[in-house]
Amino acid sequence: MNRQAKLEVSDEVAIGIQGMNKWFGSFHVLRDIDLTVNRGERIVVCGPSGSGKSTLIRCVNALEEHQSGQIIVDGTELTSDIKNIDKIRSEVGMLFQHFNLFPHLTILENCTLAQIWVRKIPQAQAEETAMHFLTKVKIPEQADKYPGQLSGGQQQRVAIARSLCMRPRIMLFDEPTSALDPEMIKEVLDTMIELAEDGMTMMVVTHEMGFARQVANRVIFMDEGQIVEQNEPEEFFNNPQSDRTKLFLSQILGH
Amino acid sequence: MAENNASFVRHELIKEQVPPVSQRGVVKWVSENLISSPFNVIMTLLSLWIIYSIIVNSAPWFINGIWDAKSVRECYDILDGVSGACFAVLKERFPQLIYGFKYPPTEYWRPNTAVVLLLAALAPVLFRKLPQQLLGFSAIYPFLAYWLIWGGTPLVPVIAFLGLAFGIYCFRRFSARSFAFGVVIAVIAASLFWVLGGYLSEANGTFLALEAVPSRDMGGLMLNLLLGTIACSISIPLGVILALGRQSNMPIIKWICVIFIEFIRGVPLITLLFVANVILAFFFPPDTSIDLILRVIIMMTFFNSAYIAEVVRGGLAALPTGQYEAANSLGLDYAQSMRLIILPQALKISIPGIVNVSVGMLKDTTLVSIISMFDLVGMIRGPILATSEWNGVYWELFGCAAAIFFVICFSVSKYSQWLERQLETSNR
Ligand SMILES: Nc1ncnc2c1ncn2[C@@H]1O[C@H](COP(=O)(O)OP(=O)(O)OP(=O)(O)O)[C@@H](O)[C@H]1O
Ligand SMILES: [Mg+2]
Repeated sequence: MNRQAKLEVSDEVAIGIQGMNKWFGSFHVLRDIDLTVNRGERIVVCGPSGSGKSTLIRCVNALEEHQSGQIIVDGTELTSDIKNIDKIRSEVGMLFQHFNLFPHLTILENCTLAQIWVRKIPQAQAEETAMHFLTKVKIPEQADKYPGQLSGGQQQRVAIARSLCMRPRIMLFDEPTSALDPEMIKEVLDTMIELAEDGMTMMVVTHEMGFARQVANRVIFMDEGQIVEQNEPEEFFNNPQSDRTKLFLSQILGH
Repeated sequence: MAENNASFVRHELIKEQVPPVSQRGVVKWVSENLISSPFNVIMTLLSLWIIYSIIVNSAPWFINGIWDAKSVRECYDILDGVSGACFAVLKERFPQLIYGFKYPPTEYWRPNTAVVLLLAALAPVLFRKLPQQLLGFSAIYPFLAYWLIWGGTPLVPVIAFLGLAFGIYCFRRFSARSFAFGVVIAVIAASLFWVLGGYLSEANGTFLALEAVPSRDMGGLMLNLLLGTIACSISIPLGVILALGRQSNMPIIKWICVIFIEFIRGVPLITLLFVANVILAFFFPPDTSIDLILRVIIMMTFFNSAYIAEVVRGGLAALPTGQYEAANSLGLDYAQSMRLIILPQALKISIPGIVNVSVGMLKDTTLVSIISMFDLVGMIRGPILATSEWNGVYWELFGCAAAIFFVICFSVSKYSQWLERQLETSNR
């Protein structure tokens, strides 16, 4: 039933966030965030709309800049130094709600582009890697099509393969299934579950509570830019502590 | 076989049939488009009548046209009161219309060759299906064309080309450390090369030299094409750079671009041309005489690139921010994400706008006739219409100029539509 027990979590820190604050203009989006993610952990982040979940994980690969506090990813501190940022970004995979595949490139080119230009891998080898991961997400036969010709679920799996081609050590997911039709959600979640079983460190913003129960080893609940509660999934769902969490869970689970 | 009415088996397939007469071909088209309602019938008849009268009235003018005469007097004598065109002027003044009135006639083969080679150089740029090794020729072409049109020793363009290549090589070598460092080294290297090469080419001024033709002797359609192609080909990359600069988050670069674009867009082209003609000369040291053509090209390039920058900015703005974020999150740096992800998509959206601006620019090259340069229109207004032989043959001359520009601009816009369709299908 719960497979998380089987998965190893090491003591090594993958993402360390201390006293991090972020403002959009004068709007205080993230307040005093402290969070440590160890290698091999699967963190699910949930919370009401506008609570800052996306902003939090976007800060982790510097798509958003934080104004105070410290974020250390894979041993490197995020500063405004461009070299650092590009290095971090190539080590951290990111999945978006709207896939963000490159529409003018074929599926294969989507997967080889960053390998060739960032990692300087020869084209033939890059294509081999790309086909390996496209096979892993079960769409090798679509390699020569363009993203516009694929279904949403297939596009999101291509996006996963595209990230995996960079051999990231951490993967961030921002609501990867919320733009998908119900019958496609499963295929994407299955791919993510496989990733988790391979030991990938994952931070996932999602409203798929089934996924959280099955895969996560920790669930984080955010509201108004702060971490309100975090716990193991069983405890979190069966025995929420704060009133905000209870309200949120009753809205999202109750009928 | 089951005798059940619910089951049905077709034993003979129905052959393909043509639609009924009223639903196909000409009949369908006419009944839908020309006579679908009484009002439509009236409009159709009216249009037919207008087209008919235009043809009937102008046909004799064309058909009776005189192609052999020495002057407009002679034309009228031959026509003897009948309505007819005096096309003889086009025939007699053909070289002037094309090359201007000072380009040495023995050297006409040089611009001709340059035009033919221009088509060869443009082909791989315009049609990506052609082998891309041909782009090497496109890179050499500007220097070759300079030598063909202006003449002099080929050492000048060769040294210019080698200096540029040397600069690019230095940039490649040193930009790994820092972009600015690479640029500075490249500029110094190229300038040194040019200065030293300058002495060499001056000392060997007659080496393989073609007869030198000064800029002020360029004229006719050749001048329009010269201005148009140079201004367009420089202003497209410059416009893209300006558009990117305007989006930059480095405030100084951003403001330089914004001020440049807004200033140029706020000033009529004709004003800029007068500035080029008169005022720009003051900015250069007194005894350097910067060619008028060069000054005009600079102004036209600026003008065009400001407009192209705005078109490209529209294309950039139309891309979802997700594309930037996806490129960034894969670790692509700024230059890579622009070149590989953003610009290919943004430029595709901008093609109609860029072509629109560039076709406008091509036509606006005729404005130089106002600052007394003898382009196609300048030739017609000045040296041709002003002579006693051809005084008053407006229709034939300006009609011819219009026809030439129409053919060129129409081909350009057809090409751009083809390109759009091409890019469209490759993405779906
Ligand atoms: N670029 C921005 N500029 C200003 N405000 C922003 C920006 N991006 C997000 N915000 C604000 O920050 C808050 C947090 O946004 P965020 O996208 O992180 O929420 P979220 O928890 O991901 O919500 P959702 O579940 O709807 O995706 C919101 O109130 C939003 O309006
Ligand atoms: Mg969000």
